[in-house]
Formats: sequence, structure tokens, C-alpha cells
Amino acid sequence: MSEYKAPKSEKDFEENFSQIKPLMSDSEAYYESSRCLFCYDAPCVTACPTGIDIPLFIRQINTDNSLGAAKTIYDSNTFGYACGKVCPTEVLCEGACVYNHQDVKPIEIGRLQSFATGKAIEKNHKIYTTGKPNGKKVAIIGAGPAGISCACDLRMYGCEVDVYEAKDQPSGLTVYGVAPYKITNKEALDEMVYLEKQFGYKVHYRKPILNKADLENLEKKYDAIFIGIGLGSTSSLNINGENLENCIGATEFVEELRMKHHKVSVPAKVIVLGGGNTAMDAASESARMGSEKVILAYRRSKEAMGAYEFEYDLAKGVGVKGMFNVSPVEILGNGKVEGVKFIRTQDVNGKLENIAGSEFTEACDWVIKATGQSKQVELLKLISGMELDGKGRILVDPKTFVTKNPKYFAAGDAVSGGQEVVNAVADGRRAAKGIMDSIMK
Amino acid sequence: MANLKTNLAGIKSPNPFWLASAPPTNSGYQIMKAFDAGWGGAVWKTLGVPVVNVSSRYGAVNHRDNRMVGFNNIELITDRPLADNLREIEEVKKRFPDHAVIASLMVETKEEWHQIVKDVENAGSDGIELNFGCPHGMCERGMGSAVGQEPKVLKTIVSWVKEVAKVPVIVKLTPNISDITRPGLAAVEGGGDAISLINTIQSIVGVDIDKFVPYPIVDGKSTNGGYCGPAVKPIALNMLKNCAQHPGINIPISGIGGVENWRDAVEFILLGATSVQVCTAVMHYGFGIIRELVSGLERYMDEKGFQTLDDFRGKALPNIMHWEDLNLKYKVVANINKDKCIGCQLCYTACEDGAHQAIGLSGDMTDRKPFIIEENCVGCNLCSLVCPVEDCISMDRKDDGKETLTWKDRTLAGNIPTTFNDPLAGGLHHWVPQPEEALTKAKPKHYSL
Repeated sequence: MSEYKAPKSEKDFEENFSQIKPLMSDSEAYYESSRCLFCYDAPCVTACPTGIDIPLFIRQINTDNSLGAAKTIYDSNTFGYACGKVCPTEVLCEGACVYNHQDVKPIEIGRLQSFATGKAIEKNHKIYTTGKPNGKKVAIIGAGPAGISCACDLRMYGCEVDVYEAKDQPSGLTVYGVAPYKITNKEALDEMVYLEKQFGYKVHYRKPILNKADLENLEKKYDAIFIGIGLGSTSSLNINGENLENCIGATEFVEELRMKHHKVSVPAKVIVLGGGNTAMDAASESARMGSEKVILAYRRSKEAMGAYEFEYDLAKGVGVKGMFNVSPVEILGNGKVEGVKFIRTQDVNGKLENIAGSEFTEACDWVIKATGQSKQVELLKLISGMELDGKGRILVDPKTFVTKNPKYFAAGDAVSGGQEVVNAVADGRRAAKGIMDSIMK
Repeated sequence: MANLKTNLAGIKSPNPFWLASAPPTNSGYQIMKAFDAGWGGAVWKTLGVPVVNVSSRYGAVNHRDNRMVGFNNIELITDRPLADNLREIEEVKKRFPDHAVIASLMVETKEEWHQIVKDVENAGSDGIELNFGCPHGMCERGMGSAVGQEPKVLKTIVSWVKEVAKVPVIVKLTPNISDITRPGLAAVEGGGDAISLINTIQSIVGVDIDKFVPYPIVDGKSTNGGYCGPAVKPIALNMLKNCAQHPGINIPISGIGGVENWRDAVEFILLGATSVQVCTAVMHYGFGIIRELVSGLERYMDEKGFQTLDDFRGKALPNIMHWEDLNLKYKVVANINKDKCIGCQLCYTACEDGAHQAIGLSGDMTDRKPFIIEENCVGCNLCSLVCPVEDCISMDRKDDGKETLTWKDRTLAGNIPTTFNDPLAGGLHHWVPQPEEALTKAKPKHYSL
């Protein structure tokens, strides 16, 4: 049933994961930018979590001023290129475009955004001059969207910034967690190089902050510490069989795929558990990796899925089969996964109930759990005064992003519990302002 | 079924669509191809003593992704020997006897005029067009628009031509003059059988901002050229109207200037044109556009019940008055159809910044649709013009149509403002915000610097 053959080379992989928002050519950008109406209080701007002046940058592209457009974008969004590619524009800027009310295709804002910022990155066009040194030092834990955007703004304010990253590469989920057909590794990393060169923060790779001693060290050295550690590994379902070989987490699967590409081998039959966007990604990716039968199993109805409709459509489009109102009871197998035992469910006055006696078994080679990620609670508990909510999310002041420990600030998924790249960028920048207000007092 | 047959001062053609004297009529090959495609007539590229042209000849004005909304050239008249052109005229007429071939001419002396008129008539031309319009190159040599700008000289040359011409003579006028009716009248006085207008408008089409040279660039330099294409249509229509309405200009007119589709052609005919001439649109899209021109004109005529072009020629002319004759009591007010509005708010910002502050916003993101502040609306149409949705903003009539009062009436009645602070001024009755309010007026966040 799958349309895709297992990729045997990097070229195969690129074909199977061809970009759903490919970079525009100059002509395409010109024609598309010509269509923009230049709305007054443009709803696309309001819909953008970073409030980019979209009509302005589109007009700049149209008047052959793409570098000016890039500045307009970066002024509001540090991850301008990446967001153009990975943002769910269908529900943000493009979803708000007034053309939708006229049954005309909305402006392809995301692709135009990547077009303009891509020009700046390609030319290594310098837009910003960092602030005069103010003598303050800030440590950032995690080189993801929240951390890097916070670092850039702090550099503009004149702070010295060190970023501590556990992994080999920056950009967090942009390179490790987003589906490969949304952005390539090279694209994500090129923007990181561009930013690092321009803003001059230092990233220390393979330097995880793990224990009390690490934290105390930071506290001594820096005036403030920003936590942008995102989420942890895939949460446990607490059912039997989870420890079997080939029962894996979606986050881990996507990360492996992003790093190893065609060298990852996905078996013939895969069951993905979950109804969120990560589940859609994992299912889509399995199909594109040549898996013959990919089932997306969700315990509630199709309508109740947390995933965006277009994400489900993407998965369906590559042959993923949805199975709804089925709850996993047990992962079956002998050493290795052989199948999943489900029970059918129904909604009774808003409460999900199992239908007694409706158990059935679906055979498979892999189970991918896309049922949420844990929070990195262990580390956070080591920080004195730090408070978390019931779901393990860091409690911060919504304006300044300061945690209950006044030396620590936080933003991104570790605070929100899991949002888009664009939200992390917006909050990371607000946190930079909060840090400045605090340390310059 | 509509009959498109055209007769301009005796020059007959199967339809009113002629190719203007320009690059598309440079050769017999092109004109035969055009007639084969369905064009009714062609004005041969201007004949005379052949010229030497420069390389790099055209420039264009693009508007967003629309190419060549304006077009300019620095090409001169034919650069091919007269004998070759005459032989080709003969061949074309032999193959297409019912199509109109008009020879455009431009020479200097009376003797040359007499000779070339006879030559083109002998070759079989159905008519002659005198090029008194070319605004670049040739005018420097005392021809083209240099003639068109001097009614006396124009009249003299027309009379020279008329001394020998047996076929109808069309005088082509230049728009590079403040009153087009003056050369128009001179053409009549000289004995011209028809006029055609407009020729191109003297122009600089744009400047290369890296090389600091206007387009088109000839070895690092440029010169002014002749402007045409869709952008010049409004200027052409106005000059056509001026001539068509002039009681002294009682000869037929061939309309030229930005005709690209059937609708343009209908507009020219409604303002009095007998035939229309097309150049830029063919240079852009080729002869094939004739299919659209003919089918559109036929459909329009059938829909309106017009049998011949005479049925609607000049039909809009009686509706063009002087400003002073317009009814000051007529009042329209904008009306936004909320079902069609898409919330772009272009009408709001256009009215707010560019007109009369007669459109408001709720300030609530859930209701993005602007509303009309009726008491402020002067009925200027701007909002309806910027609105990207067809039929969303209408201009609704508010007066009862019973009263008519013109500026002329008021002048005659002595009821007009005459001093600087006259209470009779119209603007006194309009509401305008205080200047300081501009600084506190709500605006979108991204509008702040």
C-alpha cells in the first residue's frame, strides 16, 4: 500500500522526503509577492506569534529588496528561515489571509519568508551590530529556538552569552525533531551559523547541564541563567510490553531519522500510537521510509485529535491508515514487538470508556509511541526555589519569564509543555528583555 | 449577427481592427500573417528615406507581475529600401484585396511627398497616413512630431499631399501638444480625409538605478522615446474625445493608444473612433489576440443589439460635459456589502489617509469589516476602486434625482465662493478631524517605527 520504496541512498531519501515547502525561485517569489493586497491591520501579522510585519516584507520582496525583507523578518523572528518552513502557516498567517474569505488561495507567506531570509543567509548579509558590552554575563541552557533567540537579543543588549548544548548541533527540534520534509538539516544549520556569526554568542556543544555542581558553577559565573531545555524523552504508556525491542518513542525515532537518514531501516508494518502532530509526523515518515502498512491508532475519535487537519491530510496522503477509538491494552511479542492488543472505546458524555469485550489484536513489527514527552523534572528539581506545575512545566512570570528563582529565566517547551518553534522564539525574546530588566537594575 | 465591416473615409476593411504603423507592420510577411490571422487592416511601417536604427530600442514599465503596461521605443521609420516595401505592398494587396493597406509616410520636401504618394498608390495602397507624430529622432530632423506640433506646417504638407493623392489621406497626430484640436483642425483645413490619434508620448520609461542611465541603454547612454501601451489609453481617449466633440473636426477618426482587448476597442468607438489601431498588444502577444478582439466585439454588439459599428459610434460623446455642467445635487455614498467583504481594510486606510476619513473600524479583531461613516462620505469612489472584491463596495445614490444644480447655474445666480474665506465654500460643510487627533489615532502595532 505504501507509495514509497525504502530509501537506499541519500538521494532516495531526499526524494522520499522532498520539501513540502520548497524554496521559491526569484520568479515565483515575484509573482507570489505581487498578489499580496497589503492589508491595513493585516490579520496575518496578528496571527503570527512573533508579529512579523508580513505585508511590509512581502512588498519589499516585490520591489527587489529581499535583504530589506530579511531584516523585517529577523527584527521580529530570530528563526525567520526555519519558521517559514516549519510553522503551521495553514493555521497561523496563511490561515488568517483575507484571500481565504474570497475562496482565493492565500499568499504563501511561509515560503516567501524563507525566500527572503534565505537570500540574507546565502549572502551572509550582516543586518545587526551587537550592543556595546554592558559587563553582564548570561548562560543559556539549550541551543534550541528559545535559547538561541534569547541569546541573540541578549547580545543586542550588550551581554556576554554562553550557550550550553547537550547535543552536537544547535537549533533544537528544528534539526532534531521536525519532519524531514519540512526542513533539511542543512537549511536549519545554515541559519544557525548565520546567526552565531552575526550575534557572536558562544555555543558549547556536548556540554549538558546535569547536576547540582554544574548548576552551581553557572550560578557563580553568570548574572542570569536561561533555561531552554525543551522536553525530555517519550513518556511511558504504563502498559505491558513497552520494554520489548522495537517499541520506540516518536521523538527518538524522528531524531534518529534526522541524523541517519536512509541508514534507518523501518519495517513492513508499523503502528503509531497517538493523535497529535508528532504522531502524524512519525506515521508519515514511516510510510516515506518504505513501510508497507502504517496504522495510526488513536484512542479517541478522528475529530478529537490534537493534530492539525493538514498534518493528518499529509499522513493520509502518503498512505497512512487511521484507526480511531482504539486504546492500546498491551504490546505483544516475544522479545521483539509482534503486535498490539487494542480495546475499542466510545465517548460517553465526554468521558472515554472502553467497550467491554471488544479487544482485538493488530500485528506489527514496530510500535511508535507518540503519546507525549516527559519533562526534564530531575534537573529542574535541583534548582533551589524552582517551581513546576502539575505537569512538570516550569512556572514563570508571563511577562518577564523569570522563574520562582530570580536568577533563572525560562521559555520554550519546558514552560509551555510543547508548542511550535515560533512560540519558543517569541517567548525566548521576551525572556531576554526580562533578563535585561532584572540584571541591569 | 454583428457586422464588423468598417469604412473610414472610403478605406474599407472587414473589421475595425488595424495594425498601427510600427514594428508589426515592418514587412509584407508580417502583414500577410496578420491578415491571415484575421486583422482587418494594417498601416505600413512609415516609409520615407530609410533610416539607420540603433541596437537596443525598447523599454517597458511593468506593474508588479504585469509586464509592459507601458512601453517605449526609440526606433525610427523603416530601415528598408522603398522599392522592397512597394513590391511587398503589391503582393499583400494581390493576396488580400479586401483588407485595408494604408501606407504611412514621412518625407521632407514637396517633391518627395508628391513622389512617394504616387509610388504607394501605384503599389495598391488603399490609403495614406501622414506620420506627423513620431516624437523621437525624426522630429530632430524636422519631421514627425515637429510637424504635428506646428499646425501651419502640418496644414501645408497635408495640402501638398492632397494635390496628388487619389486615395484617402489620414493625418496622424502627436499627443505631445497641449491642445490636440489645433493640429486636428489644421488637418481638416489642409484637406485631410481623416485623422488618427494618438501617436506615442515623449517619454523616459525608467532609469537603471545601478548604471544611472535611462532605458533603453545604447552603449551607456539613452534618449527620450515614444510611450505607448495600456498605460496611455486614458490620454488617448481624452484626445479622441476632444477631436470627436469639436464641431470643426468633421472627418472620421482612427483611434490609437493602448488598445489591447475588445473592451478597449468598444470604448474608442463609443468616443467616436471609426477604426482602432493596435501595436503594443501585438508586440506583446502576437497577432493571435485578434481572435479575442473580434469575438469580444461581436458578443458585445449582439448583446446590445447593435447591427453595425455605426449603431454605437460616438454614443458616449453626448455624455461628456464640461465640469461646470455636472449636477452638484447628485449625491452618492459608499456602501460596504458585509457578506462580500474580506476584511483587508484597504478601503479604510485609503479613505483615512487618502480621502475624507469616512470609513471606520470597530477596533475589534473579531469584526474586521470596516463601516461607512455616512455623514463624512463625499462619494468620491476611492474605496470602491481599491476594494479587491468585485461588487463589494457600491456607491449608492442618496438624492432623489429631482433637483439639478450646476456650477454654471450657481455662477449665473452669483452663488459661488469668491473670497478666500467665503462661507459658500463646499468644504465648510465637511467634517474633518483636528490635526492633533492624527497623533493619537489607533494604528496597528506593526505601523509603529
